[in-house]
Amino acid sequence: MSLSVAFRHGFPGLDLDVAFEAPVGVTALFGPSGCGKSTTINAIAGLLRPDSGRIALDGRVLFDGRTNLAPQERRIGYVFQDARLFPHLTVERNLRYPARWRRGAGRDFDRIVEMLALGPLLQRRPATLSGGEKQRTAIGRALLSDPALLVMDEPLAALDDSRKAEIMPWLERLRDEVRLPILYVSHSVPEVLRLATTLVLMQRGRVTHSGPLETILADPRLAPELGAREAGALIHATVEGHEPDGMLRVRTAAGPMLLQEVEAATGQELRLRVLAHEVILSRDPPQGLSALNVLPATVVQVSGGLVQLTLGDQRMLAQVTPRSVETLGLTPGAACFAIVKSVSVLPS
Amino acid sequence: MSLANWLGPQEWQAVALSLRVSLVATLASLPFATAIAWVLARRSFPGHGLLSGIVHLPLILPPVVTGYLLLITFGTQGPVGSLLKPLGIVFAFRWTGAALAAAIMAFPLMVRAIRLGFEAVDPKLEQAAATLGAPRVWIFATVTLPLMMPAILAGATLGFAKAMGEFGATITFVSNIPGQTQTLPSAIYAFLETPGGEGPALRLVLVSVVVAMGAVLLSEVLARRAAQRI
Repeated sequence: MSLSVAFRHGFPGLDLDVAFEAPVGVTALFGPSGCGKSTTINAIAGLLRPDSGRIALDGRVLFDGRTNLAPQERRIGYVFQDARLFPHLTVERNLRYPARWRRGAGRDFDRIVEMLALGPLLQRRPATLSGGEKQRTAIGRALLSDPALLVMDEPLAALDDSRKAEIMPWLERLRDEVRLPILYVSHSVPEVLRLATTLVLMQRGRVTHSGPLETILADPRLAPELGAREAGALIHATVEGHEPDGMLRVRTAAGPMLLQEVEAATGQELRLRVLAHEVILSRDPPQGLSALNVLPATVVQVSGGLVQLTLGDQRMLAQVTPRSVETLGLTPGAACFAIVKSVSVLPS
Repeated sequence: MSLANWLGPQEWQAVALSLRVSLVATLASLPFATAIAWVLARRSFPGHGLLSGIVHLPLILPPVVTGYLLLITFGTQGPVGSLLKPLGIVFAFRWTGAALAAAIMAFPLMVRAIRLGFEAVDPKLEQAAATLGAPRVWIFATVTLPLMMPAILAGATLGFAKAMGEFGATITFVSNIPGQTQTLPSAIYAFLETPGGEGPALRLVLVSVVVAMGAVLLSEVLARRAAQRI
């Protein structure tokens, strides 16, 4: 299962030349406002006809200049930023709207209503729903159209922070329970971190980079696109056990680490976020430090105040000043110690 | 005195004829007005301005001119009238002609009101329906039409009121024959021309006011009910 996209489209003031592959999982289309993200998913969903190119889903051609399937024929569930529920229909009739036209659509009605907790809303009209309830209904309606791909255009952008927090677990459930590739448009790093498995970075109508989330996050050259505050690695960890003082012992590709104030059971998988500005480098084995996680590392490259390290198979970023790079001699291949001041655990 | 004999037979005839003419004119032209309004609101093509101009012509032309144009086109000797006559369709000096004249005169008002309705329906909702697999005709019937129902009701009411009041084009096209083509305004005009006709004329004026007010109130109620569902 994969989506293959390559197209060009000219707008006054913006020329799009977009090409990427979206494998199974959640692919996040990330970039600043106006970079062409929404245009890209509109082209994929058939709401916009590109000037040229080829868009194929699972080998099925959706567009290639000669073929141009109508949105009705593409089987792409679209969750719009503004929900776009039909205001004159109840939640239930919104959810059942696609059932007439898609074979197999609506078959999962009960399951999807239960998964998104829509039962109490079924007889309500969209005007009486909160922003979060509207988005949940919109997600349910898109799923009930029996899609081969789900595209979501910043489904949280119109919501305030507490509503975002309300919807996020549903999106994670969607990712984990529905065997469906998802293309997720966002300009929010926290959303991408929680949901995405693949990242496609866009700027001014071009795809600048794409690849697995971990690889992109640990690339110092891409940090400016994600925002300097957000630079830092994503590390997979397995809980090994609890220390007598309550600390959590985890195993990672970078070595063993200790975590504080984390509730987790032995054997549980965690995703750890180690921000670049929380990592200090030392050439000598540090002594007398309060930091508990000190890991041996090797410098891979230095770019724009960020040092990329390799710790076993794990890549990590550390933020340093040019002066430190100079005095410590942090050149590729240099051995050093990464002192991790703090680690955050991403909800999963 | 009961309501039935409050109005004389000729007055009753005029009221009944006017209601029939206006109702037929409104209902028969509503689908066309909706289609033209859709074309004007949603399509861009060369000749868009020209079509809009032609639709609005009856609003701008003196009604007598419209009536005369109808007479030379749809009269029994006219190019369209002579074609329709063998089919048994005759407009000249018949109540059907009065309905045609009323429909033509009301048409621009209906199109304007309904067009506003189309422009108020967010095309993004229709796009959403398309991604859910619904064919275009179905989207029109289940999303577009229900959302613009208040505008269609407003257009129909406006058209009905205009048809009830139509005078110039009607009297020019189908004359003023009691029981045949004498609509309410034509009857008022005829009574005012007759010595001692002020009484019947005043009664018909009262009926006009009541019918017009009733139509407006009814459409308000229907539009509010339609809007509540949205």
